[in-house]
Amino acid sequence: MAVTLASSPSSVGRRRADLLFQGAALLVLVMALAALAVLVATVWEDGASRLDWKFLTSFPSRRAEDAGIYHAIVGSFYVIVLTAALALPIGVAAATYLEEYGGRSPLARFIELNIANLAAVPSIIYGLLGLGLFVRAMGMGRSVLSGAATLALLALPVVILSTREALRTVPSSIREGSYALGATKWQTIWYQVLPMSLPGILTGLILALSRAIGETAPLITIGALTYIPFAPDSLWSPFTVLPIQIFNWVSRPQVAFKANAAAGILVLLTLLLTMNAIAIVLRDRYQRKGR
Amino acid sequence: MSTRRGERAIELVLFLCALLSVGTTAGIITVLAVETFAFFREVPLLEFLTGTEWTPLFANPQFGVLPLLIGTTMVSAIAMAVAVPSGLLSAIYLSEYAPDGVRRVVKPVLEVLAGVPTVVYGFFALTFVTPLLQQWLPGLSGFNALSPGIVMGLMILPLVSSLSEDAMRAVPRGLREGAYALGATRMQTAVQVVVPAAFSGITAAVILAVSRAIGETMIVAIAAGQQPRFTANPFVPIETMTAYIVQVSLGDTPQGTLEYRTIFAVGMLLFLMTFALNLVSTWLRGRFREEYN
Repeated sequence: MAVTLASSPSSVGRRRADLLFQGAALLVLVMALAALAVLVATVWEDGASRLDWKFLTSFPSRRAEDAGIYHAIVGSFYVIVLTAALALPIGVAAATYLEEYGGRSPLARFIELNIANLAAVPSIIYGLLGLGLFVRAMGMGRSVLSGAATLALLALPVVILSTREALRTVPSSIREGSYALGATKWQTIWYQVLPMSLPGILTGLILALSRAIGETAPLITIGALTYIPFAPDSLWSPFTVLPIQIFNWVSRPQVAFKANAAAGILVLLTLLLTMNAIAIVLRDRYQRKGR
Repeated sequence: MSTRRGERAIELVLFLCALLSVGTTAGIITVLAVETFAFFREVPLLEFLTGTEWTPLFANPQFGVLPLLIGTTMVSAIAMAVAVPSGLLSAIYLSEYAPDGVRRVVKPVLEVLAGVPTVVYGFFALTFVTPLLQQWLPGLSGFNALSPGIVMGLMILPLVSSLSEDAMRAVPRGLREGAYALGATRMQTAVQVVVPAAFSGITAAVILAVSRAIGETMIVAIAAGQQPRFTANPFVPIETMTAYIVQVSLGDTPQGTLEYRTIFAVGMLLFLMTFALNLVSTWLRGRFREEYN
């Protein structure tokens, strides 16, 4: 790797180029942060005046000022809880197999490669899978259950990858100590390894769910409705979620509905920030314990 | 004896859970393939791949996918033009310059930027960026490729930045110290030593970002329009592959019709494109890891 210094004759010039470069990089970062600030400010300006108790507890309406997001909040809640219930056990089990059992076998390597690829498959493709598999082939219809199953498949790669990372931080001395006391492999995993990595696993799960709660495209594709005047009350109910309701309002030409969309976004962002804050607290506590 | 059998049973259950990921991939391919084959029984493959008109919902339907493909390519290219230079600059800064304090502030904010739901970015593109651009570009239509492209670049920037930074941090210290010993400044070290040394890792990051841009849906569904057009003009309404799938899903197209099958054919094309890009990216990252481990 040859370093050509000939292009910069004086050390003053080189130092100036260095400063200039540093300035440009800082400028990019500042602009990215500014864009985020402008985004939040725009949404706040458009939506804050619409945000009140009535908005949170009303059903959709053809008149923008009467419309609310109660049904969408309940729908999002149903879908996310069910997604977690599906993705957590399956994800942790898969990660445990790959980390503790699979070793370096070719099959385990193949599964790993496959998970890495799945993590980068566009979410709308998962929507098509959900439509073809859950909604049609398995006859689950356009239900809460179909939506949650689709999002669980989408969240699985993230849950698996973060669980594996958490399992890896458990020192091998813990496992050896457990074996020395006569515990079997599964007893060691169940009583020692998994409890120790629980905060890391939960952090990963929350981050995966905070992505799932903002997902719009796969749920539109499986046919979640954009207009339903009631909240879901079972796994088989038709449903809508917050981002779909926001999309529906954004797509209408009237300005009043844009305000509704902005207010809905404020609710969604608040939810996300709360989830991320919980994840950060968990991660901090985890790291302190690890030291 | 029974403990051992229990242990085996547990291992089998865990293995089946791990195998579910392979099942997911197989499921995606099967679902897409079944409907796509049915589609190509009625529409010739050549017409699909080379036709310049996409009007499957019209009375006299045309099934040329090129307008959607061009729409996707154009928006993605604009997004990459924003995300790659700025993402690389910020990665170099974070990896080679930033003091710990700055990094501690900037990295979480970039994470937030990456975590904003895409429907929010779509709202931002439609109600803020497009009107803003229209002040300077009077010819810009209310729906266009430019504004969602720029906003998508903003969304992808954190991905490019964090993956490239990881790659640069994996470059051994010795290479940097060698450059410093020769009298190089930090910029010269970064640009002439660290970036070339991390090149395959950075390329993997960029390719993954392209795949993200191609598959991104809501920003374009909201702000780019729904008019499949065979054009390279970023100022007029267009439609991407993903936005088309959303458009059809919103309507009530009955199962088994040709219109219903179009979304699977388009989805198959999208899947194959992103899958190929992901494979190349994974392969490059593996090679990069081998170089320095």
